[in-house]
Amino acid sequence: MENLSFVRTDMVPQKAPPASEVGMIGWMRTNLFSSVGNSILTILSLYCIYLVIAAVLPWAISPTWGASSLTECRGVLHELGREGHFSGACWGVIRERWAQLLFGFYPSELYFRPVLAFIGLGVALAPVLFDGAPKKLLWFTAIFPFLCFWLIWGGSIWLPISIILGFVLAVVAYGVIAKATSTLFGVIAAILTPIIWWLFLALPFASALNSILPIGIQSVDSDIIGGFMLAVLIGLTGIILSLPIGIVLALGRQSDLPIVKGVCVAFIEFIRGVPLITLLFVASTLLNYFMPPGTSFDLILRVMIMVTVFASAYMAEVIRGGLAALPKGQYEAADSLGLDFWQAQRLIIMPQALKISIPGIVSTFIGLFKDTTLVGIVGLYDPLLLSTNIRADQAWNGILWELYGFIAVIFFIFCFSMSRYSMYLERKLATGH
Amino acid sequence: MNMSNTSNTGAQGFQLSQLLYDTRYRSMTIQIVALILILLAFGWLINNTVVNLANLGKEIQFKFLGEPAGYDINQRLLEYNSQDSHLRAGFIGLLNTLILAFLGCVTATVLGVFIGVLRLSKNWLVARVMTAYIEIFRNVPVLLWIIVIFSIMIEVMSPPSAFKKGEASMLFNESVAITNRGVYIPEALFSRSLGDISLFGNSSLRFDVSMDLMALLVVLFAGIYAAMRVKRRADKIQSETGERPTTWWQRLALIFVPAAILLTVLGFHLGYPELKGFNFKGGTYMRNSLIALWLALSLYTAAFIAENVRAGIQAVSKGQSEAAFALGISPGRTMNLVILPQALRIIIPPLISQYLNLTKNTSLAIAVGYMDLTGTLMGITLNQTGREMETLLMGMAVYLTISLLISGVMNWYNNSVKLVER
Repeated sequence: MENLSFVRTDMVPQKAPPASEVGMIGWMRTNLFSSVGNSILTILSLYCIYLVIAAVLPWAISPTWGASSLTECRGVLHELGREGHFSGACWGVIRERWAQLLFGFYPSELYFRPVLAFIGLGVALAPVLFDGAPKKLLWFTAIFPFLCFWLIWGGSIWLPISIILGFVLAVVAYGVIAKATSTLFGVIAAILTPIIWWLFLALPFASALNSILPIGIQSVDSDIIGGFMLAVLIGLTGIILSLPIGIVLALGRQSDLPIVKGVCVAFIEFIRGVPLITLLFVASTLLNYFMPPGTSFDLILRVMIMVTVFASAYMAEVIRGGLAALPKGQYEAADSLGLDFWQAQRLIIMPQALKISIPGIVSTFIGLFKDTTLVGIVGLYDPLLLSTNIRADQAWNGILWELYGFIAVIFFIFCFSMSRYSMYLERKLATGH
Repeated sequence: MNMSNTSNTGAQGFQLSQLLYDTRYRSMTIQIVALILILLAFGWLINNTVVNLANLGKEIQFKFLGEPAGYDINQRLLEYNSQDSHLRAGFIGLLNTLILAFLGCVTATVLGVFIGVLRLSKNWLVARVMTAYIEIFRNVPVLLWIIVIFSIMIEVMSPPSAFKKGEASMLFNESVAITNRGVYIPEALFSRSLGDISLFGNSSLRFDVSMDLMALLVVLFAGIYAAMRVKRRADKIQSETGERPTTWWQRLALIFVPAAILLTVLGFHLGYPELKGFNFKGGTYMRNSLIALWLALSLYTAAFIAENVRAGIQAVSKGQSEAAFALGISPGRTMNLVILPQALRIIIPPLISQYLNLTKNTSLAIAVGYMDLTGTLMGITLNQTGREMETLLMGMAVYLTISLLISGVMNWYNNSVKLVER
């Protein structure tokens, strides 16, 4: 009898998966057309995408880069046989006015100064944002804010130097007094010395030095500063100052001292309870009333103060969230190591609390930067107000979407990169498993 | 470090240096010093303000509120004319703020939940489209969105004259007209109306309450209450016998049938807008500034709400739904009984703070000329009377009250759903 038993001694070669499960088709089947409902959703979204592209693309592709007025744009489009209100964009306005949207009415022969300040900003931010950058650059970061203000507003170099000198004095006073008496008196001296210096001595010192050795660049008035330069200036000031003030307010709100806590809570709740626009009205109409009679200071400065105050209250709440999210064991561990309050905050609590609150901190920054558009309502030339101003020109009367599109794209680039950076930072600092 | 706590200082009596070095007294010292500094700073600011205002001859007083406002408010809920007082104008503005905030919150929630859920869709394309929507709206200033949508309303929509020439037509069976001046929608009319009740007599805060609306609300709420009773009875029967009686049609009927009967009794009908002369007459008129603000604030806030909704749903661990399936609970009831109660606890606090943001963002109405509280009290009234201090203080107080009310609701909710821990 024939032996029918069969034992396979070699492996059957693997078959290719069915064509409907792999490659493009398989991917589409699982991700786009897995069910009837999904297929309908896919087709609907494709239709929406088509609608948006069909509306925007033909309008945006328009050879009007060289035009110098709206009528000229219409002429160019007319020769191409494109008629009607939405036949094509008039990009000439961006070519002609981009500098104005970026710098406001800043004198064009001085554009190199804001450009230098912007490059300096990149150099100053590098050691803060990325590990790879040399740490010595942090010294440049420390003096950059003064350099930036000096480059943009111009004037004598002795003024920023005498303001920096205030900080140097604070360090010196702390060193001397703390060694002679105690840390507490050192801190008090370190706070009082620079305040006295800035209030009474800094200006005479600067003007005295200026009369001896006049070094300076052409000064620029505040009311011609505008555009994205203004937005970045206000946003950056708010960002730099609101973080430390927010930390102090958050600690105050968490504190056991009822009076300190009460003051912090009242401040935070008041600022968070009113719209920014009312605070800007306060900046433009009331802030001068709060100062001694006869004082009057710059509108941009007043707006910066109010924007910083506004952002600090939000920052305080974000950081308070981070502090509250820390397990109690961390505080107890710090106590058991014998660290005092400030050591515990500096070495144990704050690094972790700030790490937890990174998403909130960055979204406050983004919100702050977007809110700089509101300063147009109190008459500062932010990009939106400038776009109205450009339309007031006879040549560009009636231009809307090109300007709005340009402004939106620039805001999007700034804000989107900030949010991406925060995601990168979160991943980099993640220590969980 | 804390030696002074344990060492016996009582024997030597109290020493002045203890105020600084003894932790029992130090916090007191710090607080008193802080209090003195704060009071000094406040005193200084208030003194400056009083001196400055006295120099300008503008001592703080609120008499200007009773003077005639002298300006018109084009979108309003209550009757108002330019001879009414500044206080009345501010009140009309406040109502405009509240309408806008209410409309915006409702649409932003609906849109935001929809987009947030779709962003988690397994459909690759839909999820990407929703991500793009969220990123685009979140990363561009809301003021720009308001102005862009306002410009679209003005530039793209047809003027009323186009309706006359037949170039444009009304929507929904000749009932809604979208023009470049605004949107006209049908209004609710009652042929056997119960009339209005006037509150607060002839004062600036006078207020007409439509009794028809009140009656409708009472009937609706009574219906909802009865429906809840029916549901509770069904729950009780289910927990006793394991069988759940079908009640959904009873509950629907309890809510809607009495309301429908009331509407018929009152002779409810719609008043349609009609083209008369160069403009539409009749119906309810919503100015283009209101529409633009409403749309822009809803679309912008919806992007933030969508992110909150997504985070809330993702935060409910997968084991929860798997456990529910293991118990044999249907997908719909899993969503209702297991996922949503847990997700809502996470979603609602940030949702309410988005409502707060939206309410504060309504103050941007000033950019498109919608007369809200900022436009009336802190806008034209401020410019006409020159009373910056009083108007701004009043406006801020009103916004602060609204915000504190909303956050009060949030705290109450947070406490009521808080996990009870040991």
